[in-house]
Amino acid sequence: MNSIIFTAGARILVALLFVFSLFMLLRGHHLPGGGFIGGLLGAVAFIVYSLACGPAEAKAALRASPEGIAMVGLGIALLAGLVSFVFGDPLFTGQWYWVGGDSYETSIFSINSVLVFDIGVYLVVLGGILSLAFAFEEET
Amino acid sequence: MAEPSDPNAPWVNPAGMITVAITAALFIFFARYLPVVPVEGAVPFVWDWIPSLDIRMSFWLDGLSLMFALLITGIGALVMLYAARYLAGHPQYNRFALYLFSFMLSMLGLVLADNLITLFVFWELTTFTSYLLIGFSHTDPKSRRNALQALLLTAAGGLALLAGFILIGITQGTFELSQLNAAGTMAEHPAYLGILILVLIGAFTKSAQVPLHFWLPNAMAAPTPVSAYLHSATMVKAGVYLLARMHPSLSGSDVWVWVLTLFGATTAVFASFMAVRQTDLKQTLAYTTLMALGTLVLFLAGSTGYAITAAMTFLLVHSLYKAGLFLVIGIVDHETGTRDANVLGGLARAMPITAAAAALSGLAMAGIPPFLGFIAKEVAYAGALEMALTVFVVVMAFAAFALMFAVALIVAWKPFFGPQGDLPRTPHEGPWAMVLGPATLAVLGLLFGLMPGVAAYYLIEPAVAAVMGAPDTGGRLKLWAGFNLPLLLSLLTFAAGYLLYRFHLDLRERLARIEARAPDLDAGWDRLLDAFVAFAKGQTRVIQTGVLRHYMFATFAVLAVAMLATMLLRPVGGVSLAFDGIGFMEWGIAALIAAGTVLVILTSSRIAALVGLGVVGIGVALIFIVYSAPDVAITQLLVELLVVVLLAVALLKMPYLDAGNRQTHRPFDAALAVLVGGLTAWVLLRVTDAPFDRRLTDFFEGASWTEAFGRNIVNVILVDFRTLDTFGEIAVVIVAALGAFALLKGGLKRGPEGETAPHAEKERKE
Repeated sequence: MNSIIFTAGARILVALLFVFSLFMLLRGHHLPGGGFIGGLLGAVAFIVYSLACGPAEAKAALRASPEGIAMVGLGIALLAGLVSFVFGDPLFTGQWYWVGGDSYETSIFSINSVLVFDIGVYLVVLGGILSLAFAFEEET
Repeated sequence: MAEPSDPNAPWVNPAGMITVAITAALFIFFARYLPVVPVEGAVPFVWDWIPSLDIRMSFWLDGLSLMFALLITGIGALVMLYAARYLAGHPQYNRFALYLFSFMLSMLGLVLADNLITLFVFWELTTFTSYLLIGFSHTDPKSRRNALQALLLTAAGGLALLAGFILIGITQGTFELSQLNAAGTMAEHPAYLGILILVLIGAFTKSAQVPLHFWLPNAMAAPTPVSAYLHSATMVKAGVYLLARMHPSLSGSDVWVWVLTLFGATTAVFASFMAVRQTDLKQTLAYTTLMALGTLVLFLAGSTGYAITAAMTFLLVHSLYKAGLFLVIGIVDHETGTRDANVLGGLARAMPITAAAAALSGLAMAGIPPFLGFIAKEVAYAGALEMALTVFVVVMAFAAFALMFAVALIVAWKPFFGPQGDLPRTPHEGPWAMVLGPATLAVLGLLFGLMPGVAAYYLIEPAVAAVMGAPDTGGRLKLWAGFNLPLLLSLLTFAAGYLLYRFHLDLRERLARIEARAPDLDAGWDRLLDAFVAFAKGQTRVIQTGVLRHYMFATFAVLAVAMLATMLLRPVGGVSLAFDGIGFMEWGIAALIAAGTVLVILTSSRIAALVGLGVVGIGVALIFIVYSAPDVAITQLLVELLVVVLLAVALLKMPYLDAGNRQTHRPFDAALAVLVGGLTAWVLLRVTDAPFDRRLTDFFEGASWTEAFGRNIVNVILVDFRTLDTFGEIAVVIVAALGAFALLKGGLKRGPEGETAPHAEKERKE
């Protein structure tokens, strides 16, 4: 697509979309969002970029191969599930660690395996869809 | 077969040494339980895995497991060290070390598992890792074929085994082996016969009982250290282990006794003859492994102390001498360049230590006193005299042991002390890393024989107790048991064995003639596989037309038939349409969706049709927003957006829809579309007519904050309550993406001009 306006606009739009996708990922536990939606948005961001500037440049901007990202995501999700074994719980039981307190209300923030799992989901969706999209664009 | 590589290459590298060190450490870890287990019985280790399905990661270290664990880690460490030297400089050595190590861990998991499902998972892991090991020389088509044969046969057996395990779980109410065995035999249960047959299919394929034996000699395509490991203490013993492990719950019926006796005895005798028949020493050893497996199965048929003691003692003896002899053959091959029994001879002067190790292992195999092999044979005869079908068992055992004596001389005596032939290479002693293994194992065979009480107290009696499900009385392992029938049988065995050795060349010729006339199961396997592939190709040609429209039509037709059949068979009644309460906004969205649909149907431009579909999708997303399901709405919107954008990219390159040619199938499509749409609407209206069950909603509304600390219920369900499902879904996302990726990248290259696939051409012509 040879449109200067689109190409120029895309650069700004992509950054915004990508940041928005991270925002959606992180707010997911309490408000609409989460790994699936975040991953989809992130994929949209890079697809817009590849439409504007070509898949080669979008791939370069991604820095890693989309298939690799998806695989790493699956690995992260699995690890988030396996962590529960260390604490003696069944597989995929959410683990929570409260920073500065001992419950949700008293702590400042929490470190938990649930968000890690969601990040895995995000990466899988992002990588999976992008690997498809890039292959699609390169073929046609 | 993998050629032993450059002898001067450096062989101490991280991958090899780390695996050797970890395996040796595991050996020490298990060895520390040696004094514990005979006194305290079993040591359990339990983790909950999927408690809602009663599946636990439970491990159980009793006498049987301990003996296997020590053999696996002990022989494993020696074999890994040996392999590091044997494959020195091999470009794929690191990969080999990984395979071998993974195999060792899977095997260890298998013998320690207490839960049947855990055991099954490890069982399959050993199948896969052994596939990688057998097919290690993957540039050789024969090696690949043999690895695949082993994989298909043992995996098929594994499926039967899984079915048997599930039946056990359903009928007995538990998957824990310790509980099953404590409950005693299940021979009275109506499902017993089915369970037994399924489990036996699994055990017999893995432990290569006749007639499912032919994969095992073929598996010799693996490098020699792999054969030494897989065919002595591990892979093929898994089936025997399973039979021993489940002995308390599955034995106790006539079927068990008859089936195990017949299959075991047949395998043992058949394999002994086949061992004499071979000239490649490695093949000879492969068949003696079969013989040992047959013998073990034969003695597990019995339930008396002597029969089980015979099985356990022979298992220990066999693991030691067989691993040792395989490793010796590997050294001989490595140093002389041949494994031909007709050529090899007089190596003792060039390689004294190897020759000594071979002689010691050979004596153990032949069952000469004072080796543990002798004691095993004595106990075996004592056991055979107590078993059902006594005469048959004694005769078969006698034949197998006599032949074994002859084979021991062929393998361990002739190459080293017999007349020397023309060797491809001048022989010299093997490097220490390779000699250490066979030497250690051979000396152990002698030491255990000299001190049978030690072996009995720490290893064999706890194992026997585990198999019998009751404390063992012990005291059966003696070097000198007095003048009795077993001793007489032993002496007769030596005499018969020596005669067989004297005339083994004649016997070999005769066996070769018989073999030429017997049915060839291995070739039969190839024909079976060919027929299978031909069938698959044929049915693919019929079912897979390659035209997308046909697939869609078939999918929706099946959907329509399924819904229609259900609704006709279980009448649900009519529906009432009520339009009150539907506001302006809903009507507007409905109109939007309808307009989009009409556009899709009427237009002759692909892009316009795509936009029409997009409108429909966004209309649906709007409905979700109106009825407050923002998560679903966002996902729907994004997916819709992605589909439209991606398809638009593709459709730009495609021709306009051919308005003239599309009339033929359109009426059918329309009818089907109306049918599916109507049925779906009907189902939906019926579903919403039923009173809404709030139980799940209430649970998630309550628990999502108190138990999972999240206010977005949809997300909490995805990442906390139903995480395993989500994990499955994202795995599917990856598989789908990779599949599509492979189709786009690889599939199109086969077509004309390397650009379009034949199917795509066909689709365009429609």
